[in-house]
Amino acid sequence: MVRCFLIHTVCPVSALGAGESRLLYSRLFGPDEGIFSDRERGLSPEERRLVQKERVAVVARQVRSAVSLSREASARVLGETVPGEEALALQEADSGVVRLRAGDPFSEEMSALWLGVQSLGFTLVCEPHENLLLAESTLRNLARHCLEHLHMLGQGSEVLLRSNRVDALLSRLLPHGQLLFLNHRFAQALEKEVAAYMAK
Amino acid sequence: MYSHGADSLIKQARDIQESELQKFYSRLVKLLQGKELGHEAVDSLQRLHLILSATKYTRTLPPELQKRVQSLLSSPKEHFQVLSSAVLRETLPLSGQEGNYNQENISQLNTHAAALLLSQAGSRADLSSLCAQLLRSLESRQSEGPAHSLTHTLPILNTILTLSPECLTADHVTLLSKKLVDWLRYASITQGGGASSGGFFTGPRSRQPVPTAELDGAVSGDFFTVLCVGQGFTEDQWMNVYSFSMLRHWLLTYHSVSSGNGTADIANRLQLSLSLSHSFSNDDRSEVDGSVVSMVSATSSSGRLLPPKERLREKSFQYCLRLIEQSDRKAHKKTDTDLQKACLVEAVCILDCVCEEDASLVFRAFPCIKALFGRLSSDLSFARVLLPIAQFYLNHGEMAAVDCESVWKLVFGRFPAELFNDHFLAHELLRFLRLNLKSLQHRVPQYTRSFPNLLKFLAWDSPAVVDDFVDLLPSLVTAGTAVELLHTLLDLPCLSATLVLQVRSTCLPISEPGGRGLQSPDAYRNPSFRGLFLFLLRGDAGSGDTIDRLSTLHELLAETADWPRVVQCAQTVPLLLHIFFNTVITGADEKLLSHLILVMLERSSLLLNIPEYSKEIHRVFSSHLLRFCKLRPSLVVDQSHELLEFAGATANVYSKEEIYTHVVWVLGEYLSVSCDSRCSVGLITSCFEALEAVLFEITSSVPPPGADCPAPRVITTLMSTLAKLASRSHDLIPRVSLFLSKLRTLTRGGSVAWCSDEEDLVAIVTRGEELWSLLKAPGVAQSVLTPPPHVTTPQWHRDTNVAMPLRLRALTSLTHSQ
Repeated sequence: MVRCFLIHTVCPVSALGAGESRLLYSRLFGPDEGIFSDRERGLSPEERRLVQKERVAVVARQVRSAVSLSREASARVLGETVPGEEALALQEADSGVVRLRAGDPFSEEMSALWLGVQSLGFTLVCEPHENLLLAESTLRNLARHCLEHLHMLGQGSEVLLRSNRVDALLSRLLPHGQLLFLNHRFAQALEKEVAAYMAK
Repeated sequence: MYSHGADSLIKQARDIQESELQKFYSRLVKLLQGKELGHEAVDSLQRLHLILSATKYTRTLPPELQKRVQSLLSSPKEHFQVLSSAVLRETLPLSGQEGNYNQENISQLNTHAAALLLSQAGSRADLSSLCAQLLRSLESRQSEGPAHSLTHTLPILNTILTLSPECLTADHVTLLSKKLVDWLRYASITQGGGASSGGFFTGPRSRQPVPTAELDGAVSGDFFTVLCVGQGFTEDQWMNVYSFSMLRHWLLTYHSVSSGNGTADIANRLQLSLSLSHSFSNDDRSEVDGSVVSMVSATSSSGRLLPPKERLREKSFQYCLRLIEQSDRKAHKKTDTDLQKACLVEAVCILDCVCEEDASLVFRAFPCIKALFGRLSSDLSFARVLLPIAQFYLNHGEMAAVDCESVWKLVFGRFPAELFNDHFLAHELLRFLRLNLKSLQHRVPQYTRSFPNLLKFLAWDSPAVVDDFVDLLPSLVTAGTAVELLHTLLDLPCLSATLVLQVRSTCLPISEPGGRGLQSPDAYRNPSFRGLFLFLLRGDAGSGDTIDRLSTLHELLAETADWPRVVQCAQTVPLLLHIFFNTVITGADEKLLSHLILVMLERSSLLLNIPEYSKEIHRVFSSHLLRFCKLRPSLVVDQSHELLEFAGATANVYSKEEIYTHVVWVLGEYLSVSCDSRCSVGLITSCFEALEAVLFEITSSVPPPGADCPAPRVITTLMSTLAKLASRSHDLIPRVSLFLSKLRTLTRGGSVAWCSDEEDLVAIVTRGEELWSLLKAPGVAQSVLTPPPHVTTPQWHRDTNVAMPLRLRALTSLTHSQ
């Protein structure tokens, strides 16, 4: 299953200082793995929440450095895209995988798939035996919907002020972290529901 | 894109004042009391969510607000369900109001409320009861619940299964296996609602059930799968998708569920499952809608006699074979073509999984897997499908006595050679190697030989895969490969540069000024240098450890030293060298260690000239040279000729200070009869003379142009080494003494050309004086400069007669009592 989905900033963004990054959206699926670990069982709910938040922050940091190293290596110049050019932005996006070792930050090994759309990073943390081909296309699909429905290529802050749209999207395309084998007809049916949600 | 406005929103949310927050809370409570909740409520809840989620510390909502938000979970409007679930996930449940994991109507919860319940589960017991309730709802008739209740049940179960398989009992496994069989194999094969697209003129009569279609448009002739399309889908077709999506994980985990229950109740379970299957076959008829399905299930009625787990295995097997067959169809949509690939991966993995459990299936699966391999192996765009196939061959090839040669040729040959720049393939292939390391080493001899190829992944994308190589490298080090592997690791930055050149030469037309007047692309295309690059790009080990014209290659690639990819690669090499040497030393084959010392000496001056790279490599060499000699002191006598040659070259003092110092120290420490009986006076004398000449030269002349003064550490090490050697051959003592006294006179003036720092000079002279006085008493000098082992590695604390700890304790208690 997918353990979490994140949207965060990746490369230096003009709105942020160097080395700073922001988590714009995060969704952990399923129960907190802390309740199964001996180390974390004794923690209070507040502490457990803190640990969870830290876990997510670690993933975002690791992905951010992976993205910047990968961009540095490929020496590719990022083109600017504006709202309306979501498809182009996705086409030009770079992507990769980060191996998260067991214990850092999840108790088991994980694979973090990332998609870098200019200064935005979309990340899926999956269990490593997951079908990464499916995860990859799901991630692309999610990113496309987020870019479109939250107008993320623009200057607005809808990703913060309309995060319920991402929640609704995830509940269809990645319910409780389950990757789905959806052919275009099934996908269309779900997308129709999503569109109806967004329209209200 | 992320704007200043967005950032200030996050900051505001984090820094909000308590009084302001309280005001916001009470306003929100009032707002939520209203009958009709509109946009304003949505916006406020959304802001509340931002305030709660922007900080990592927990904020507590006033109980009144918490209750109001909680009640929205069952609101008829989805926006409120989503938002209340999101808000409550960021808070803690009120004490005494923790989610009720036993409630009967759990199955009626909408997916957002269920997500909240899951995320707030505080113990395994909570999950167990949640699981039990969900399964009960599966068991009972589902039509009462809202339409989507079942679709999210499977993902939730899968989540629980992932984190805590113990929550499921054997009965659950039986039940769920049964349900999965029904959904996978017996979903309707006619299109669901909205299928009649006839328009105005179509009367009710033409609303006949339309069969589902294949991706290429043909009418489906067999049971429904995720690769079937229609205008609309029935509920059981949706369940088919959900079932297949969780199937592999279920097959992988379900035996871990029941294995804990012991063997005593197997008979019990068998009986139960039989009675269950009986009740289900009665039940079945009412569950399926459409007579065709009943016909299909009737034809496979013999399968009904199998126990549920075996039956699920059988049906999964059939489902996968059908998917593989369906993946050969030409899909109209690109997304469906991608889905076909993902389905192939999944199908092969599931086949592997069921064969693992039931070996008799291997013989039924192999013809299909073989055919699939034959169909895909020539098309590298299917590489990621071919990996699970390779896994299948590895797991079952031996049993089925199948020749796997062509599979390994692909995995260790073409994949790394041609797809080194595919991040995902690299990740998956290296994971495949990590997981199967034992059997690969045991069964696939190509594995260790293919390291020049495998290292291409590392050379191309070092930061992403270095972690995998940390785990894999030890398995690649064997007595036969070690020397070549060391050379290859040292030239990894060259390989990185070459791969960049290779990619560029295939991507860019030759006329294009691809590299701003660079000479390396020309060199890459130049036939006279072809051999050099081909050696770097070789796929297999065994064609020689390295090449003669390495320095030419380094010159050709000199301009690549600041290419980011090359620099990143160079930064990982020291780490890998440490792992390499640590592995080699555990084998401790003396002949190999000896050979590696020679390679280190030779390669210390033959490296691609990247700033810091040589320094780092010298540091690694030094520390491992020391460890080698400590472990096997006789190595120093074995290799004395080469070590002396290295230590006798004055130029090395300036260019390789680190490693030079260590070589000199090693000579002084281990060139002694107590380490190796072969160590003759003649050997000690010739070593002494070589080092003496160097020390004399560097302390009597100006450093060569471009070089810094020799490090004080080199000079003191040389002095100590000479003193050590002299203490072992007393005839040499006068020569050292003479030199040391001269040194003192020379430096009396205060400044010398070979040492710019006054303090350093004082330290050097002091060290000289100490050694000089020590050598005045040769017997003492020997025991100080070449102490016997029992002095250097004292074990007094273990000697009960000396009882050092006892005395120490007595002394401590005395001092403490004062």
